[in-house]
Order: sequence, then C-alpha cells, then structure tokens
Amino acid sequence: MKQLSRLRRHRAAGPILLIFALFTIGTTFQVASAVDQEETSIAARSAAIDEGREIFLKGCSSCHGLNAEGGDIAPSLIGVGAASVDFQVATGRMPMADMSQQAMRKAPVYSAEEVNALAMYVASLAPGPKVPTEEMLNYERDGSVAEGGELFRTNCAMCHNFAAQGGALTQGKYAPTLMGVEPRHIYEAMITGPQAMPVFSDKTITPEEKLSIIKWIKSVEAEPQLGGAALGRVGPVTEGLLVWTLGIGLLIGVAVWLAMKAK
Amino acid sequence: MTARERIAGNVAGYVDDRTGAAKWMKKNLTKVFPDHWSFLLGEICLYSFVILLLSGTFLTFWFDPSMREVIYEGSYEPLQGLEMSAAYASTLDISFEVRGGLLMRQIHHWAALIFMVGIVVHLMRVYFTGAFRKPREFNWIIGVGLLTLGIVEGFLGYSLPDDLLSGTGIRIAEAIIQALPVVGSYLAFFAFGGAFPGVAFIPRIYTVHVLLLPGIFLALITVHLMLVWYQKHTQFPGPGRTEKNVVGYPLMPVYMAKAGGFFFIVFGVTAFLGAVASINPIWLYGPYTPGQVSAGSQPDWYMGWLDGLVRMAPPLETVTFGYTISWNILIPGLILPGIMFTGLALYPFIESWATGDKREHHLLDRPRNAPTRTAIGAMALTFTLVSLINGGNDIIATTFDLTINQMMWFSRIAIIVLPPLAYVITKRLCLSLQRADRDLVLHGRETGRLVRMPNGEFTEIHEPISPEKAWLLTSHEQLAPLELPEYDGAGVRRPAAIKNKIRNRISRSMATAVPKATETERKELEGHH
Amino acid sequence: MSNEIELIKDPGLPAHVHRRADTDPKAAARAERQVAILFMLSALGTLLLIVSYLFIPEDIFFFIPVMGNTNAHQLGLGMGMAIALFCIGAGLIHWAKTLMPDEEVVAQRHEFKSEDEDRKDFVKTVKEGAASAGLGRRPLIKRTLGAALGLSAISPVLLLGDLGPLPGNQLKTTTWKKGTRLVTDPGDRPLRPSDLEVGAVAQTLPEIAPGEHRSLNDIAKDAVLLIRLRPEEFNLDAERLSWTHEGIIAFSKICSHMGCAVALYEQTTKHLLCPCHQSTFDVTRAAKVIFGPAARPLPQLAITVDAEGYLIAQAPFNEPVGPSFWERSA
Repeated sequence: MKQLSRLRRHRAAGPILLIFALFTIGTTFQVASAVDQEETSIAARSAAIDEGREIFLKGCSSCHGLNAEGGDIAPSLIGVGAASVDFQVATGRMPMADMSQQAMRKAPVYSAEEVNALAMYVASLAPGPKVPTEEMLNYERDGSVAEGGELFRTNCAMCHNFAAQGGALTQGKYAPTLMGVEPRHIYEAMITGPQAMPVFSDKTITPEEKLSIIKWIKSVEAEPQLGGAALGRVGPVTEGLLVWTLGIGLLIGVAVWLAMKAK
Repeated sequence: MTARERIAGNVAGYVDDRTGAAKWMKKNLTKVFPDHWSFLLGEICLYSFVILLLSGTFLTFWFDPSMREVIYEGSYEPLQGLEMSAAYASTLDISFEVRGGLLMRQIHHWAALIFMVGIVVHLMRVYFTGAFRKPREFNWIIGVGLLTLGIVEGFLGYSLPDDLLSGTGIRIAEAIIQALPVVGSYLAFFAFGGAFPGVAFIPRIYTVHVLLLPGIFLALITVHLMLVWYQKHTQFPGPGRTEKNVVGYPLMPVYMAKAGGFFFIVFGVTAFLGAVASINPIWLYGPYTPGQVSAGSQPDWYMGWLDGLVRMAPPLETVTFGYTISWNILIPGLILPGIMFTGLALYPFIESWATGDKREHHLLDRPRNAPTRTAIGAMALTFTLVSLINGGNDIIATTFDLTINQMMWFSRIAIIVLPPLAYVITKRLCLSLQRADRDLVLHGRETGRLVRMPNGEFTEIHEPISPEKAWLLTSHEQLAPLELPEYDGAGVRRPAAIKNKIRNRISRSMATAVPKATETERKELEGHH
Repeated sequence: MSNEIELIKDPGLPAHVHRRADTDPKAAARAERQVAILFMLSALGTLLLIVSYLFIPEDIFFFIPVMGNTNAHQLGLGMGMAIALFCIGAGLIHWAKTLMPDEEVVAQRHEFKSEDEDRKDFVKTVKEGAASAGLGRRPLIKRTLGAALGLSAISPVLLLGDLGPLPGNQLKTTTWKKGTRLVTDPGDRPLRPSDLEVGAVAQTLPEIAPGEHRSLNDIAKDAVLLIRLRPEEFNLDAERLSWTHEGIIAFSKICSHMGCAVALYEQTTKHLLCPCHQSTFDVTRAAKVIFGPAARPLPQLAITVDAEGYLIAQAPFNEPVGPSFWERSA
C-alpha cells in the first residue's frame, strides 16, 4: 500500500497516465469505427446477395432449383462462380427462352445491376471463377495479336471457324459467332466453359494468352474487307454459290443478248 | 488503190509467198458459224483459260513455291513474327505488298471457278442436245478429259499458298493416296518426298500446275477447237437447216466481233468479281500446320461433290490377315468417281449401241425429243447435286437451323432415292412436252377467245402456227427401236441372243416417244375447226 | 386413202427482216454513237485503273452497302479493269449486232469420209511401207526392237526412284515414348493434373529438348488432345482405364479417317467432332466412332504422372496414328 501511494505521487505519473488514456481512447475509437465499416460493406454485399436471391427465386429457381441445386432440366449452379452468371445472363442466354439444343445469345433480360446481384448471390453459394476486372482485361496492353491468332487457330477455330464466324456441332448445337462479343464475356466463356464449350484453364491458356486471343478476335472484327465483299467469311461454299448465281448468270445474260437479233 | 490497201497487200503477199496462207485464210475467214447463246458456253471456258494463263503468269513473278520456314515480316499485322512457309509468305506479299497483287490473285481464282462452271454448263448443253454423236465422239472424250484435268488443276492451284484450309485438303488427298491397297504408303511417300507434310509437295505441284497441266490443256484445247472448226459446229433444227448445211454468220466480220467481244465480256465479268468479292482470304486462314483445322472446311465447289460423297460414306473398313482396305475412302474417293467419269466418257458409244444409230448427226436434238437421254442426264445431275449439297452440310446446318446428323441421313437416303425419281419425272415431262408440241401442230395455238357456235356449242379459237414453227416441232427424227434377232433363219438360237434381247429392250426405252404430227393428220383435221 | 404418210415440209429459210439501222440512217448513226460511247467508257475505265494504281494510297477504306468497309485502291483497280474490258466487249457485240451484216449465210457441209479410192490407196501405201520395212520378214529385228523399247520404258520410271524414301516404319511410330512429358501447344509448358479442371481440354505435344525445333512432320503425328472428365464418367475396360489419370484421358489429335485435327470437344455430350467429314467420337468409350465415315476410334495415349507430378506418356501409342494404310496391322 505504501508503495502504490508513493508511485501515485511520482512526478511522471501524470504524463504516463495521460499517454495511457490517449492510447486507450484512440485504440478503442479505431476498433469501434472499424467494426462499423465492416458492418457497412457486409451490409452492402448482403443486400446485393439478397437482391440476387430474390431475382434468382423469381426467374431462375423454376429450372435451377430453389437452392440452385439443379434438377433434370438445368444443372447445379453451386460452384459455377460469378463469371458463369455474368456470362450467361449478361449475354441474354439465360433465362433460356425455349428449351432447344442450346441457349442463344439474345437481348439480356436483366440490367447490369441485377446481373451483378445475381452473380454475387451465386458466388456466395460456393467459390468459383470470378468476373475478370478491368485491369485483367487490358488486352490492348497485355495481348499480342499474332500470338493470339496462333492460339485461336489451335484452340478455337475448329469450333468457331478461322474468322470466328461460328460453326456446327453435333445434333443441332453450334459454336456461335464471336463478332460483337464483349471482351469480358469472351474471357468468362474461356474460363467457365459454358454448355458444350470446354474449359480453358489458366495453366493451359494463361491469362496473357487469353488476352492475346481477345485482341486477335477484336482485330479480325475490326478488319475491313481487304479483297471485296467478305461473303460471310466461311470459305469456298459461298464463293461457289456466287459463281453459280451472279457469275454464270451475268455471262449467260450477255450471251443471250449477244445472240438475239437486233431490232 | 489507196496507200493503206497497197501496204496491206504487200504484207499479205510477203506472208503468202512463204506459206501459201491466202488460200486457207480466204476459206476460213468466210467460214460460217451458227448463232445461238448456248453455243457461247464453251467460249466461256476458252476465255477463262486465257485469263488463267495471263493472271497466272503475273502471279508466278512473285510466288515462291518453297516450303522452307520463314518468319513473316510484311505489313499484315496479325501474322507478323509468325513462322510460315515461303509459299504462304510470298502469297501474303502478293496480296499486300504488290500493287494489284490481291486483285490478280482474286481474278485468277474467280477465273478458275468460272472455268469449271463453264465446263459443266457447256457439258450439259452438249449432252442434252446430243452434240456428242458421230462424228464428235472424240471431241466429247477430250471434253471429259478437260473436265477431269480441270478439277485436278484447280485443286493444285488453290493448294499452292499452303494455307490452313488448302493444307487440310492436301492432308485428305494424302489419306486417299495412302489408302490405296498394297502401294498406298509407297505412293504417298513418293508424292510427298517422305512423311506428310514434308517439304517437297508444294514445289512439285507447282511444276504440275504451271507447266505440265497447262501444256496438256493447251494441246487438248487446240485439238478440241480444231475438231469443231473442221467438223463445223452443230446447229439447232429449224427452217432451212438440214444435216447437210450450216446456217449462220461468217467468221469475218460478224463472228470475230461477237466472239472477240465475248472474250472481253468474260474477262470484264471476272475482273468485276475480283474487284468486289473476296475469295480465298488466306491471311484469315493462317499458315498450314497439321495440328490446326477450321470449322466449315470445304474444298472449292468443283470438288465439293467428292467431299460430300466422302462425308456420307458408311464407316466400312476391312482388315484381312493384317492388311487394311478402307472402303470408306476408296469407294467415295476413287471407285465411284471412276465409274462416273468412265460412264460419262463412254456415253456416246453406249448410246449409239443402245439405239443402233450409227449415222452422222449435225442437227441438234431438242432435249424433249430424246426423253431417255434427257432423263439419264437429269439423274446424273441429281446425284451430283445431292453430293454437292452434302459437301457443305455443316454450313447449311448452321444457316438453316438443321443438324449435321439430319443432313447426313438426308443425303444418304436422297442419293439413292432421288436420282431414279428424277429419271421418271424428267422422262414423263419430256413426253408431255412432246404431246404439247404435237397438239400445237395439229390444233394450233390456243388464243383464249371463245366463240359460240350456232348450235350452242362453245369452242375456243385456235390460231394455226406458222410453217416455220410447224417445221421446228416436227423436223426431228423418231427412231424405231432395234429388233435384233434372237434366232437365225433355221430357228437356232444365236450366240448373241441374250445381248440382242437386252439391246432390244434398251433401245425400246430409248425410242419412247409421242408420235410427231404429220401433214396427213393435219389435213384430216382441217374440217374440224 | 393412201397409205403414204405425208410429213410436214421444211418451209426454207424465212425472209430476212431488216434492222432499223439497215434502212434508217438515223438509227444507224444512233447505233454508231452507242458503240462509240461504250468504247469511250472503256477508256475511262482504263483511266480509273491507272489513277488508282499510281495515286490512290493503299490504306484508305470507305463504306459501301453490302460490301462493308472497302479498300479504295483495290476497288479502283478492279472496277477500272472490269469496266475497261467489259465495255470493249459490249461495244464490239453491239457493233456486230446493229451494224454488221446480219443476213444468214448458208454453207454446205462436206462429207468427212474419204473417197473409196483414197482409202484403198491409203491401205496400199501403209501395206507397201510396212512390207518394205520388212518387219514381217525379219522377226529378229521385230523382237529385239520390242525388247529394246520395252526395256527403255523402265528407265524413266526408275529415275523417279528418289522421289521419296520408302515409308519404312515412319507411319507406325511417333515421338512419344515412355516418360515423354506432355507440353502445351503453343507455349511448351508441362502440365500437372491440377492445371486442368473437369471439363477442360488442352492441346499438347511431346516435350522436346531446349533448342530443338519441331517440324510439321512431327506435329502431324504427335499432336495429342488432353481431356479431363470425372473418373466415374468413363465407360472403359480396366486396361484402358489404367491409361487415364485422375479422369484425364489423352487421344491422338489426328483423325483416324483422313488425318484432319480432331479437337472439337463437346463438354456436355463428351463427344469429339472432326470438322472435315463429321466423324464423331465418344470420349467416355475410348473415342469409339458413333457417327460419320471414320472406321476406327482415335488411338489413346496411356498417361500417368512423373516424380515431379507432370503428366507423361506411359508408353508409345499402341497402334499407328492417323489415316489407315494397307500394312497398318501387319
């Protein structure tokens, strides 16, 4: 007791007490406000997830199940990741209009905000591929056109055709044209492997290589017709059709005129 | 005599002193050529050939037929820095570095397609009008030869740039060679100088494409034209036209102007196509490597029917004592085309055997007046069309929302069912047209004006047709079927009995016709209208 | 009633109908003007060609409906040439049709067959010639000539002998051996099973030593497609199952039909489709052919992992890859 009261009367007791008090208040305040921030972003995220769940229950659960567990007509969405949702819904493939062989790209039903909510909801169910960020998609900077062409011809052309115009698969399925597709969606398709398309993992086609592919696709899309009307960029079939219609038509037309008696 | 006439005379005399040219020039400048638009179809082929020679020579000044690997350093960005063959790189240079290079490449390729289209429509005209009959059988065989060589020449031509699409085609061609029994692998290694793809194939086909085949073409086309010249062109039946004359216009000036003008037309249309329509954009295909392929890979149209046959072939392969025969490749790729082209070449002889007709023919048949021949032709065309369509089945499937599986099964069934159907329908059509012609001659043209007779009957007024038209509709010959004997005078069966019986039956089918109208019948009907 | 059937007679060539330009000098002058205009248009076409070649830069593009963004230089050259040629032709034809004489001329055909006299003379000449050559009387000359000519035909065929090596074993072997690593094409990166997700494919080639260069000949036999499924999705016998690794299966990418690259994998149906002739292969049953003209499944490459966990081949292919040939199974 005598030791304590002697310490209390020490000259340095006041300042030490002051520093201690300041330190305590500061830390407590920091911790208190940090807890507050976390609660706000969690709140924002969970609002989006809630919104996503709402949209999901209304528009997707009838096929994909109330808990996205899938069923006879639609696969499970657990683990497909935000990237799959962004790809399928933002390109309008989902919700599927008619239960044909494959989902077609069409006008999206949901707005960008709703798509984002849906994506966050599905991502919350289990980990899966994420939506690529703007930084990840800078193909102008990080991609190489020539390398992209080689990669495309080795990995993509056998389904999508040499100029990315699309091609036939079995039983009425088809690989769609890649013209007019957003770079984000091309990237997502490669990493999620939608429907019949296989997955192109980041170790088999690295992210830089994926950007090269996107850069090449964009360059082909922007490439003007170097020799004249492109005739669909599908090769000799349309070329043969043109000679048998316009080509021989013009020539026979002139031949008939040639042999007709003049008035 | 004007100064110009004097100079011309001196030149002509100079040449004539040394060659005696005046006599045959005079004879040939007045040679008569009949005028019908369908006689110009062969000219489309001839002029396309000249265009191919001219544009092709241009291309050879820049093309490098070598498969050695180079790094591309030209102006087409998406291929810069890539490894490719010198053949491919030089084709890119022609397209992008040489002014007019891409235009000439396109003119050359469009001319090749038009050349083949011309051959097919010309063949159809010659076939359906019976122009291959004596004395023109030899010219027909040359024509079939030109068709076959044209297909080969075109295939070799578009394979020269060594791009992904044509390289895939070469891979398939190599598989056909390799599939030949006993000698296949040896022939394939000989053709390619080793394993596929090797480095020898492009330089070798270059020699074939620019030297050997054009030389053979020149020789064949020259003989083909000389025969037409010497035998004189056939003509359609009509007033004043007989088997013993030719009615038309003289070479100089009319035919020269028209035929010469048509050359410029064909060249102009080909140049137009080269200007406005892209063909064989090899920079989009990429250089050939065996590890790549594009969806929707097809050969040029004149080989599309071969591709279609290969696609629809059943997966038949037999292995006996360890030796493999790939029927799924040999039947559609070699055996069936072999039968088709042999049948085509021998057709004039088959027909003259079947009809027993060994006379000369210079007047053409209207197709309806040879119903069996026309029906056989329709059958052959249907067969080729079904296989051609199947060659593009994947592109048709995606365009029209069908499946390749449906297309395949449709083709397999259609190729067996549709040709006989076409035969029957066409033959019936021809006979109906003959009946219509007969009615026209006997009863005149229906005017659509109705008249009421005094007895109350309504009749339509028929206008009698002109004597020229009546002649046109009745001048054709209607051959009687053969009646070759099976037994000789003593009642003994001849050794050729079965052959004669078959031949009689076939000639009966060839002779199916609606009897043509005669003057006698017309006179008999005179009181009735 | 006479038994004679009277046929309709040939009325002979119809009377000639004159054209306007034949009788009316104004029409003739108009026709002449039209021909002249066509020739002048042709000249303008050539002018367009010259101007395009010399003065239009090659990097200008402008939009035309149907054709899209078109290269001006190319279009100018082409249309100039087309107009130049077409209009000369049209002018010549119009000139012939309207102004040159269009009265039909009749010429007689002559018989091709030579006179009997000439035929007899021909046969006589040939016979006499042959007799004076004496082949018939001198069989020794005939036989040795036949032998010489026949033998000499062998030389050109023999001289082509070095066109190509004999195939030897080349069609039956590839670069793959036991322990060869699978590397990505392009990129040459070795792969671990964890690099492939379920449903993923990878285009692979055998690893080569650093500095070595792959030839197209090698790629034409060595290209291999890796596919990852779930192990329970396989429908294979025990041996083929042992050639897979953790659901990853490897096939030769060279079609067993005619050699195109088969890499079109449908993740939903587990089918491989060859785009050339639509042969379809079922991956779960070792690439068994289920549609199309291919007669054999794609050869399967037995794979496993090495000590470092990278995918390697267990052994070479158990059969030749690519299209069939006569001695394939011998």
